[in-house]
Amino acid sequence: MSTKSKISAAMLAGAVATALSSLALAAPLTEAQVKAAMDAGKEKCFGVALKGQNDCKAGPGTTCQATSTVDYQGNAWKFVDGGTCATMELPGDRKGSPEELTRDLPV
Amino acid sequence: MADVPSRVPLEACDYAARFAAPLLDPACTTPALVAGPNSKRADKRFNVYRNNVTVSLIEALAATFPAVQRVTGEVFFRAMARFHVRESPPTSPLLFEYGRDFPDFIARYEYAQSMPWLADVARIERAWLDAYHAADAKVLAADAIAAIPAERLGGIVFEPHPATRLVRSVYPAVTIFAANRAEGPVSRVDNAAPESALVTRPDLDVIVRRLSTGTDILLDALLRGRPLAEAAEIAATQCPTFDLAAGIAVMLEAGAFTAIHQGG
Repeated sequence: MSTKSKISAAMLAGAVATALSSLALAAPLTEAQVKAAMDAGKEKCFGVALKGQNDCKAGPGTTCQATSTVDYQGNAWKFVDGGTCATMELPGDRKGSPEELTRDLPV
Repeated sequence: MADVPSRVPLEACDYAARFAAPLLDPACTTPALVAGPNSKRADKRFNVYRNNVTVSLIEALAATFPAVQRVTGEVFFRAMARFHVRESPPTSPLLFEYGRDFPDFIARYEYAQSMPWLADVARIERAWLDAYHAADAKVLAADAIAAIPAERLGGIVFEPHPATRLVRSVYPAVTIFAANRAEGPVSRVDNAAPESALVTRPDLDVIVRRLSTGTDILLDALLRGRPLAEAAEIAATQCPTFDLAAGIAVMLEAGAFTAIHQGG
């Protein structure tokens, strides 16, 4: 490396060490921790989306995005805040579910 | 047409080509091979196909670029998309491949000139979908780089993860993207700082990160295969305030790479 370089080999090694130690603080989660983090985040919830509002997130050309044809369709899901799915109040005494439902299916 | 399977009779192939050509060009008349009963003109019938093709492609762009549509509103977006669809029809039968040229089109679209940042927002949205459909790959573990002796660190070359995309912008494109992809109202964006986006998909979810200036220069050089010392030098030269340690940390944390090699 030329003497004009802004970053010496020692600086580079120092920066990599600093980067690795800052990563260690955010060490990879165990499987249980990942699950807990997902539970705290978003979860799939069936039977709560208004028609055409269901999630899929695979983009155009895939088959499921925004394809639900009735309100609260039981086999269509939407991402909701974790833990709120089953307690969500919906018209007509409906409840959301993390599992697919058989109510409100299109005819 | 070399790419047509041999089992398709030549007449069918010819028919399809003559049927398809005028679909996206309103100036073209209905092709002569399309006729109603008793050889009556079939303009209305053919227009059904014109409408379906155009609308389905506009819908595909709307699905790929939801933040752009939210910024412009539906009427503006659909008009802009219609011009693009007519100018650049799909080249792949896979609809999720469509729209790669749309950001460049937005950049030169006359009525979008008051939103010079809009093309970069679109580039982030296209990168998001590319990352979503990219091949799965295991990300580089921090241990792998920790195992390299200090004197050899400068020569290592990083192999990009298939999902990794870098979108550099001189506008606050990531803030505008994120605000318009989230649910809820969008407040005024007063931040004028340039923001580059790092798009990765280490597992199942696409993640868009804001990169500080300097880190984007470092990453750009690494993605182009420059060794670490050279990439760091380029970043430090172009951006004196660049924090190398933070830059390396964010790229490793994001899962931008799959492996390292000893370069040179």
